[in-house]
Amino acid sequence: MNVKDVQLTVNGKTVSAQVEPRRHLADFLRENCLLTGTHLGCEQGVCGACTVLIDGKPARSCIAYAVACDGAQVQTIEGFEDDALMHELHKAFSAEHGLQCGYCTPGMLITARDIVLRLPDANPDRIRVELSGNLCRCTGYVGIVRAVSRVLAARRDGTKIQPEY
Amino acid sequence: MKPAAFEYERPERLDDVCTLLAREDVMAKPIAGGQSLGPMLNLRLAQPELLVDLLRIPELRRIEAGKDVIELGACVTHADIEDGCVPGSTGSVLAGVAARIAYRAVRNRGTIGGSLAHADPAADWLSCLSALGAEAVIYGPSGQRVVPVESYLVGAFEAAMEQGEILEAVRLPAISKDTRWGFYKVCRKTGEFAQAIGAVLCDPERGVLRAVIGATNSSPTIIEDASPFFESGGPKEKPGPFNRSAARRMMVGSGLDGDDYFMQIHLIALERAAKML
Repeated sequence: MNVKDVQLTVNGKTVSAQVEPRRHLADFLRENCLLTGTHLGCEQGVCGACTVLIDGKPARSCIAYAVACDGAQVQTIEGFEDDALMHELHKAFSAEHGLQCGYCTPGMLITARDIVLRLPDANPDRIRVELSGNLCRCTGYVGIVRAVSRVLAARRDGTKIQPEY
Repeated sequence: MKPAAFEYERPERLDDVCTLLAREDVMAKPIAGGQSLGPMLNLRLAQPELLVDLLRIPELRRIEAGKDVIELGACVTHADIEDGCVPGSTGSVLAGVAARIAYRAVRNRGTIGGSLAHADPAADWLSCLSALGAEAVIYGPSGQRVVPVESYLVGAFEAAMEQGEILEAVRLPAISKDTRWGFYKVCRKTGEFAQAIGAVLCDPERGVLRAVIGATNSSPTIIEDASPFFESGGPKEKPGPFNRSAARRMMVGSGLDGDDYFMQIHLIALERAAKML
């Protein structure tokens, strides 16, 4: 079996492994690192369930091969413990019923966080355009868009989402 | 939905890329952002024996914005272009097209060169760059050569390149600040590949009024002088209203062939692009 050495940073920790080049990053995270918060929906890059941060930017982990991520910094949904904005998004998603089964949610949150940081003035139409790469089969998106809008508005007003947990 | 096994190399020099790709003993493919090739690998629509990663080659990430010519390395990402890495009027045009490609997560890794080399007839850059009169800069064992983007596609998913060659960069003329541009993409869902593309470039300073009908299942159809589409005006002044019947006649005359739906959506894409001028 042809394997290569890879070393990358996952949620702040250096991880070294020997992997087949065909192992994609999502499977590396799930199978090698046991971080199962990253989900697989289509393995073609269209559903968004596998979205993680690679070097700080949202990316599809199902079409990124682990060997190609050698030396990269990867952050999965499990890696935002110290991220205040992510906590605000969690609260807003909960308050606005932005999830049901939760399968799309890790990808939705990572994309939503990127929207809030890059596009502080986004209106609901813009949010919908930016979220079009994250598919949800349960909610019909209304609660998700409300949650992101709520976080954007709170940031503009300098307030926090209630309740504080 | 896992790829067939492949070997993987990540060279740091352009010549090493060509050497690997020219190997006779393995079927090798270059990979940049992997946003087009990744899905094909995962679906086993592509089963190369060796992947040659291009992302460590510094020349492939260059952005050279001169007064008259702009050169973008093949590995510049759609997101970088969307975010304005190319200055001036040309940069605004490119940013507008980039922003509608797929989704941000895809744009963060997908590259302009990878998209062109993948040679999907429905790709945005193919039609946009054809309309802008861009050239594909190809590098191979015998050095560098240049092909107009409008001739770069020889068929669906088939680019005009030999084994061992890669697309190194895209070179395009800078457009003047008085240039008018329209680009319209017909697709049902945000970000998906176009069913029809219309593009119109009106640059009075250079006397250019060019239209492109794209996403036609093969090379985009280029109309060098699009004056007949409009009721008045021409390359040196702002065109008048769009003339649908003239446009329809010209589309048929240029060899475009398809059912009523196909012809209608391509006509409308062109009309909406023209309205943006």
